[in-house]
Amino acid sequence: MAILHPCVGSVYREVPCSVPPTNCLLWGSSLPGAVPDMRMTVADALNSALDEEMSADPKVFLIGEEVGENQGAYKISKGLLEKYGPERVIDTPVTEAGFTGMGVGAAYYGLRPVVEFMTFNFSMQAIDHIINSAAKSNYTSGGQMSAPIVFRGPNGASAGLGAEHNQCYAAWYAACPGLKVLSPYSSEDARGLLKAAIRDPDPVVFLENEFLYGESFPVSAEVLDSSFCLPIGKAKIEREGKDVTITAFSKMVGYALQAADILSKEGINAEVINLRSIRPLDRATINASVRKTNRLVTVEEGFPQHGVGAEICASVIEDSFHYLVAPVERISAADVPMPYAINLERMALPQVTFYQIYLIKYEEKHVN
Amino acid sequence: MSAFSATKLRSPSLASPRSPSSKPSFPSSSLRFPLRAVSSDVLTSSAASLAASHPVISRDEGLDLYEDMVLGRSFEDMCAQMYYRGKMFGFVHLYNGQEAVSTGFIRLLEKKDSVISTYRDHVHALSKGVPARQVMAELFGKTGGCCRGQGGSMHMFSAEHGVLGGFAFIGEGIPIATGAAFSSRYRREVLKEQTHDDVTIAFFGDGTCNNGQFFECLNMAALWKLPIIFVVENNLWAIGMSHLRATSDPEIWKKGPAFGIPGVHVDGMDVLKVREVAKEAIARARSGEGPTLVECETYRFRGHSLADPDELRKPDEKAHYAARDPITAFKKYIFEHNLATESELKAIDKKIDDVVEEAVEFADKSPLPPRTQLLENVFADPKGFGIGPDGTYRCEDPGFTQGTAQV
Repeated sequence: MAILHPCVGSVYREVPCSVPPTNCLLWGSSLPGAVPDMRMTVADALNSALDEEMSADPKVFLIGEEVGENQGAYKISKGLLEKYGPERVIDTPVTEAGFTGMGVGAAYYGLRPVVEFMTFNFSMQAIDHIINSAAKSNYTSGGQMSAPIVFRGPNGASAGLGAEHNQCYAAWYAACPGLKVLSPYSSEDARGLLKAAIRDPDPVVFLENEFLYGESFPVSAEVLDSSFCLPIGKAKIEREGKDVTITAFSKMVGYALQAADILSKEGINAEVINLRSIRPLDRATINASVRKTNRLVTVEEGFPQHGVGAEICASVIEDSFHYLVAPVERISAADVPMPYAINLERMALPQVTFYQIYLIKYEEKHVN
Repeated sequence: MSAFSATKLRSPSLASPRSPSSKPSFPSSSLRFPLRAVSSDVLTSSAASLAASHPVISRDEGLDLYEDMVLGRSFEDMCAQMYYRGKMFGFVHLYNGQEAVSTGFIRLLEKKDSVISTYRDHVHALSKGVPARQVMAELFGKTGGCCRGQGGSMHMFSAEHGVLGGFAFIGEGIPIATGAAFSSRYRREVLKEQTHDDVTIAFFGDGTCNNGQFFECLNMAALWKLPIIFVVENNLWAIGMSHLRATSDPEIWKKGPAFGIPGVHVDGMDVLKVREVAKEAIARARSGEGPTLVECETYRFRGHSLADPDELRKPDEKAHYAARDPITAFKKYIFEHNLATESELKAIDKKIDDVVEEAVEFADKSPLPPRTQLLENVFADPKGFGIGPDGTYRCEDPGFTQGTAQV
């Protein structure tokens, strides 16, 4: 599937994106500390993480639609059926509620299922099992039944698929105690967080992004090591800055970085935080950053009301109120189900150019 | 008025066991899979429908079954008393009248086998071996309970005894049971940890048989030949919704062959008939032949829950089933076959009364959970798992499970 450069065909032509694609962070360039020649796509990162975890622990198995013979709807489980056999890479019938509950039941007995949803929109048919059977069971049973299960799949907007394929579920799952919710951006995030999720003894919702699958990022030798893991609950500061804090996760991190790049030419030095973990939220890092920059803008692809940004804003206002010199601001999708027409679809989602204008106006409004 | 006309099905000869590797093919309506059904005639005083002249069980087995059913009945009666005294609260769903199903199936299981139930789960937990005092304390919401007071009536879990709940949503337990059966097969085939499958039994009601998850799991269990038994406790009512009003084809056992599994209908008020069917279904599951669907015709003597006024069920229907009380019938059987004397059974009754009284005392004395328990066990590993190459790096977020609650 062709991945459109987000700035191409922008509605707002008065501020065109001047970053050449080869230098665009969304398309990948050398990051400090990276080994220049080693790059990996997010899809390969996820595939290698699954492969390594399945080979290290025979209790890990993959279950979902199309994961076996079709190599995965997005080819994330490519090659795993040949390597591990049909007992460990299980093609299911179209029964989300059934196979998700089945995964949870297997997890109660200490197996470590990785349940793939073709898209997280389909997880709504199985949400009873994610929330009630998996997330709440350790608490309700007084510590007897924990479910070391991972629910993974692409989340958020796709292209041209209409309202039922485009919702971001980060806010919904992150509201539930007993779940851990992760959302990687780069290949390093994808590898490290998926390995941590599979090893974690609690249920983890792992929100990937369809557009990031084909993106390649530089990776260091440490990332490629089979014991590489990232901590759950720690955000990463992708870009240091001092004027405004931008928090984002998944695809929006790339957009935020790009916007930050553009803003730096206007003299605004933005700090971009890649949340990585939506639950638990790394409130410490976010607050420390806001105490430094005194301004906060949150970015997400989900609906605005009761979103991830709302929680971050509340957290910052509770903990760092006196450090803020301007009101907190949220950038999110439009408060509508996703339309199909291509121009409306573009308008319903955050765009880099929107950020740019928005952030410049924000500065005008709130900075003396 | 009996909800079904008593169906008498012939017992065809048992099919030879198929090898586990053969692929299941769809049966035609003439039976590729053996359908054994036991007639659901009303127990008459002549006891003609009960076993032949020689008993099918030994004396010890008989006493074990009797004791288990009496435990279930006394315990539930005590629950009702405690509820009306305010010691138990919320929703309490009692099992009076259905004891034959729980006893008939669960007393044949081993400790490692699993039982998954619904909110009507007290007696399943007791039959599986969870001590009565732990179940009572759980109902009172005290730390001595099997879930430390966290679950309550509808969420009985015991990892030690293989009781996996206890679920409030109907149909929720069926995929979980399918997963437990799956894990049993996985441990045998992939992990090579054992040579036979542990059996899983999923108990659920007639209302659940119209739920999507039921059909999804019948399909997957048949597809992968999982060691599971689906037991329908058809007590004809889902709160106030009669099974006949809710279901296009009320004969639930027929839904099994549609997926390639044997479907059996049995008189759930007769513990010996249930036990016979259970033996066969468990043997099938353990030997790798796959799932079975068993529909037990049974009845709950009380309302759906203690809060249910139970106005819709007709008195003559209730009287019909009260005459088929499984404990009374089994007592009769015991006397007729000289398995025990009246005084021996009375001694068991007394013993169970003492057990239940002691359970109440234990629950009364057990303390309420400490305030710190509010925030415990949200996660098995609260700090999250993340280690660096040196093996020491973990996420140190002290605010993780504490939120803003003040304790």
